[in-house]
Amino acid sequence: MNKLIQQKQLIQLISAHFKEIIRHPAVIFWGIIFPILMALGLGIAFTRQTGIVRHVAVIENDQAVTENANNKLSIHAFLEKHADKIKPVGSKPQLYKLTLANEKLGDTTFIFEKTTWHHAMILLKRGNLSIIMDEKNNRIEYHFDPLNTDAHFSYLKLSKFFTQNGTPVEENLESVQPLTVHGTRYIDFLVPGLMAMGVMMSCMWGMSYGMIDKRSKKLLRRMVATPMKKSYFLISLMTVRIAMNLIESALLFLFAWLVFHITIEGSLAGLFTIFIAGNIAFGGIAIFISCRTSNTEIGNGLVNAVVMPMMVLSGVFFSYYNFPDWSIPFIQKLPLTLLADGLRSIFIEGAGFTEAILPAAILLSIGIFFFSAGLKFFKWH
Amino acid sequence: MKTSPVIEVKNVCKSFKNVQAVNGVDFQIFKGQSVALLGPNGAGKTTLMEMIEGIQKPDNGDILIMGRKWKGNERQLHQMIGLSLQETHFIDRLTVSETLKLFASFYKLGKQRVNEIIQIIGLAEKTRSYVVNLSGGQRQRLALGIALLNDPKILLLDEPTTGLDPNARREIWSILQHLKKHSQTSLILTTHYMEEAEQLCERIIIIDKGQILKQGSLEELLKEDNDEKIIEFALDEPNLAIERVSNPSGFHIQWGANRDKGIIALNQIERQLPEFLTLLNQNNLRLRHLECRRKTLDDLFTTMTGRRLHE
Repeated sequence: MNKLIQQKQLIQLISAHFKEIIRHPAVIFWGIIFPILMALGLGIAFTRQTGIVRHVAVIENDQAVTENANNKLSIHAFLEKHADKIKPVGSKPQLYKLTLANEKLGDTTFIFEKTTWHHAMILLKRGNLSIIMDEKNNRIEYHFDPLNTDAHFSYLKLSKFFTQNGTPVEENLESVQPLTVHGTRYIDFLVPGLMAMGVMMSCMWGMSYGMIDKRSKKLLRRMVATPMKKSYFLISLMTVRIAMNLIESALLFLFAWLVFHITIEGSLAGLFTIFIAGNIAFGGIAIFISCRTSNTEIGNGLVNAVVMPMMVLSGVFFSYYNFPDWSIPFIQKLPLTLLADGLRSIFIEGAGFTEAILPAAILLSIGIFFFSAGLKFFKWH
Repeated sequence: MKTSPVIEVKNVCKSFKNVQAVNGVDFQIFKGQSVALLGPNGAGKTTLMEMIEGIQKPDNGDILIMGRKWKGNERQLHQMIGLSLQETHFIDRLTVSETLKLFASFYKLGKQRVNEIIQIIGLAEKTRSYVVNLSGGQRQRLALGIALLNDPKILLLDEPTTGLDPNARREIWSILQHLKKHSQTSLILTTHYMEEAEQLCERIIIIDKGQILKQGSLEELLKEDNDEKIIEFALDEPNLAIERVSNPSGFHIQWGANRDKGIIALNQIERQLPEFLTLLNQNNLRLRHLECRRKTLDDLFTTMTGRRLHE
């Protein structure tokens, strides 16, 4: 009986917090409509396939030069013959530009950069290019991520052009070397990022700011002057937030599925696990950063201080490999990166449940750590 | 026969940085008693109230509620106490009924008690209104309703009518007067409205600068001073008047800020008032306003501190 009554408290708290959210039209806009509009805008802007420009790394090594002295198989000689030289700026390596005209599908321009293997991989990681060309044992080797449709496209175009124009002159003088690297359609990349961002924003603004606001209005003080269970208060906030985030993300996915034909390649259980772990991580952080202050302006600053760096660094909109190499390990440990990468691995790369366990465990640990610390220092009055 | 006190405040001190908010306060409150903590803004009333509510801890001294300290007894004491903070904003987009249901759930109370409270606070027509759409008086009545939900043994109200218009204030008073008649709830309220203290409380504790200046019933507080009557006057020519009237012997005049109005405390009004009027007549001074009234707590406070309650 007593348990039933206590559950009623929880139901009333959940009901109150739920109503508080859905009765603010702005919350509905920022939580549901804004991510959809963003997906629509950015999806249309970056998914269009006209006037394509792609960068290609061409490995410059001594072996190739020696071998090709007496050989027709030379990418370098081919570029000299068929491509336009671009004047290098400063000490930058020589660039070549090759435009493949197509009246129906639009022109495709390839920018070739002669570079070392190491530098080519850096460019690939940063998302600057998706394919690398090399010459070994009288073969042209194409290195790219087989899951990357954009790299496939580049490979087919280049292979056809090289073959038609006499290089290689014989069959089997080219080979494909698979590389496992991120990258698909932009919208495929974007939607999991938007979901991760939605979870972060919803938790940070909805929970942190909401709690600071309640503290500044002395509502927290009034509530704890009753026999209300404090843990119920926080559990109800988290429950409502997770439920809202599930709805928001499901609607965003539904929209992306209908309009952009996004699919979930990997494990649904893994996706759910990592999604809930992400919510707990950001819920914990939200409680931690709002555990003391009652000033909404300070709260505003605190939320921004947490949200803004991750918005910029964690690769929600564009690959974080554009940032310097030294910063990548740090960026990869950010909660938003963990969540976005985890979601992407399931959405795009077809990761299974077991692959979701590690990032989910890290996110869960982050959440529990910050939740415990926040609860310890929480100022109810 | 008096039983053990419901609230005991023993030599309580509290300071914030360099400000001594409460300095050695002692008092007891018994079952069914209504007590007003009266003082100007910054007197230390709210700090004292928050220590009684268990929100703040005293630096020194003890506070016992029903014989228990707050530490370790929070759950039981919260069950017995109803309170209304000086300023509380409830969840804007919950209705009156939903807000009461939420708080009722904390006390494990049902819909019946919520309906009773709605009737008591007179918000039956507003049950479906969002809190954000209530007037100041209605919100304060809702806060009072929440304080009364658990039928508290002790009711603590921190400035329950501050900022309300006279009608809204009387509505709150009416609810509390009804409560006094029909329950044994002990009440402490802080106020800087003398009239509120008079209307609602049989005992008044006057506080200033964190200390109790005087305490007792209204009659006891006012009887202690011999100057029982007050005359307030205003003259047509204030500048000239000050020179002429401030000289006569026998009258101690407290001039207002603009030096055109004065207050005189009289202990023998039947003899002294005609003398004062004669003095004005002899000096060709014309009265614009004259009021003769009994001494109030505000006058008492002014006598003790040189300041008014509302300053």
